[in-house]
Amino acid sequence: MLELKNIYKTFNPGSVNEKRALNGVNLTLEDGDFVTIIGGNGAGKSTMLNAIAGTWPIDSGSVIIDGMDITKLPEHKRAAYLGRVFQDPMNGTAADMEIEENLAVAKRRGQTRTLRWGITKKEREEYVELLKVLDLGLETRLRAKVGLLSGGQRQALTLLMATLKKPKLLLLDEHTAALDPKTAAKVLEISDKIIAENNLTALMVTHNMKDAIAHGNRLIMMWDGKIILDIKGEEKKNLTVDDLLQQFTIASGKEFANDRALLG
Amino acid sequence: MNIMALFNALPGSVAQGLIWGVMAIGVYITFKILDFADLTVDGSITTGGAVAVMMMLSGQNVYVALIAATVAGMLAGMVTGLFHVALGIPGILAGILTQLGLYSINMRIMGKSNQAISVDNYDLILSLRDIPRAIIISAIFCVALIVFLYWFFGTEMGRGFRATGNNEKMARAQGINTNHMKIIGLMLSNGLVGLAGGLYAQYQGNADVNMGRGAIVIGLAAVIIGGVVFEKVFHNFALRLVGVVGGAILYFVVIAVVLWLGLETTDMKLISSLIVALFLAVPHLKGKYAASHVKRGGGKNA
Repeated sequence: MLELKNIYKTFNPGSVNEKRALNGVNLTLEDGDFVTIIGGNGAGKSTMLNAIAGTWPIDSGSVIIDGMDITKLPEHKRAAYLGRVFQDPMNGTAADMEIEENLAVAKRRGQTRTLRWGITKKEREEYVELLKVLDLGLETRLRAKVGLLSGGQRQALTLLMATLKKPKLLLLDEHTAALDPKTAAKVLEISDKIIAENNLTALMVTHNMKDAIAHGNRLIMMWDGKIILDIKGEEKKNLTVDDLLQQFTIASGKEFANDRALLG
Repeated sequence: MNIMALFNALPGSVAQGLIWGVMAIGVYITFKILDFADLTVDGSITTGGAVAVMMMLSGQNVYVALIAATVAGMLAGMVTGLFHVALGIPGILAGILTQLGLYSINMRIMGKSNQAISVDNYDLILSLRDIPRAIIISAIFCVALIVFLYWFFGTEMGRGFRATGNNEKMARAQGINTNHMKIIGLMLSNGLVGLAGGLYAQYQGNADVNMGRGAIVIGLAAVIIGGVVFEKVFHNFALRLVGVVGGAILYFVVIAVVLWLGLETTDMKLISSLIVALFLAVPHLKGKYAASHVKRGGGKNA
């Protein structure tokens, strides 16, 4: 359903800060794949998600979703197919708008925004039901400004917003990295649940190897702007952190040097 | 000093405050909702005044003239929007460029630096010669605008617009064309500013090429004073706009007091700057000294 073909991206070309961030990325996802992405800092994990989302144009290659080439589409048009949750809880929601307004804005992702009233009574009832499932007590606070919520609440809300209109592909960009361990676990649990219930195709970047192993049906590891490992099926189920580290050393010829990933 | 002189000046302050309230609502849209400091307004308010006066001098109906003034303001806003969005010019600079260019255009529209229009010969809807009427008419404009904007910002498009100003990254991720929203916002804002120019030119009986000098500061003063003075009372969006108009009235009352205290009209720009600086500083200083109240980032007080 998603195809990335030979994607290259270099930031600040020709300057001293030149950084080749994506170095020939190829990836094909099947419908319903839940892929965890792991790799050290600067490996290209978030860059790959941004290339899919269209945050900036890529240098070469193509992004294809369900047979449609979206490489040239601007970010807001690709949004019709994508649900996104960012690392920073502040990024996914509008702080000065109410919970129900954020949901209503997300509900209309991919639609023309008309001069009809922005929230209907019926959808408000729907939001209450959906918020109840999150079990964070938000269902009684529809009119509260999102800026009053905690980071974990905002991430859970963003997750709901990203999937309110079923996306073809859900992009989770280290969406639990800024949360405390307990909240992170809760948000991951909600993510699993939403992905399973809606049978979504998802890409989840994480710094945490254990999470990467425990979630999803497929794991890819990136290094130096390339995908160097792609593990799925039975092999993925039996994977351990030690296996991963070993495979990384074989694939890259280097020791895996990332304390955060090891400690997780 | 005769206190009665001050009281006699106050109705005029209220009328001016209401007219500039229309303009300040325009500034609120860009400055507060879109988070865009738009300096186009110094030019577009004059354009509105110039277009309205020239249309009426050529025999057009006053309402047609006001609509034309609004459209002219919208076009000015569109130019700033395109400078910013299509050409990548930073927002403040885009506004300054349009404002500067508008000076020449305003001179072209008027043919000379000042065009008078007398309430005796033309059917103006308001004039400083009849202040009670000016107050009523401009208040009607303010109320109608607030009702319209309350509706607009509650629609799907309006909420998308607010999301754009609040968190552009989120807005794009939700499929909102943030570039279009910015252009629409600048057009809407400058349209109101042009309309205010058309009203103000009638009020003072002329359009002057310099009538917009420092307009942005008056608009900001109204928005900021309105915010600081009424923030505890007004939470609802429509009431916030009422607060902005209230801020504009307060601003002109302060000016009247300062004039009454014996300062010259030409001192007003300095006073205005200081008032705006003072009120802009209030939230900052509050935040600095109230260390117990720590607000997490990402939120702006709209």
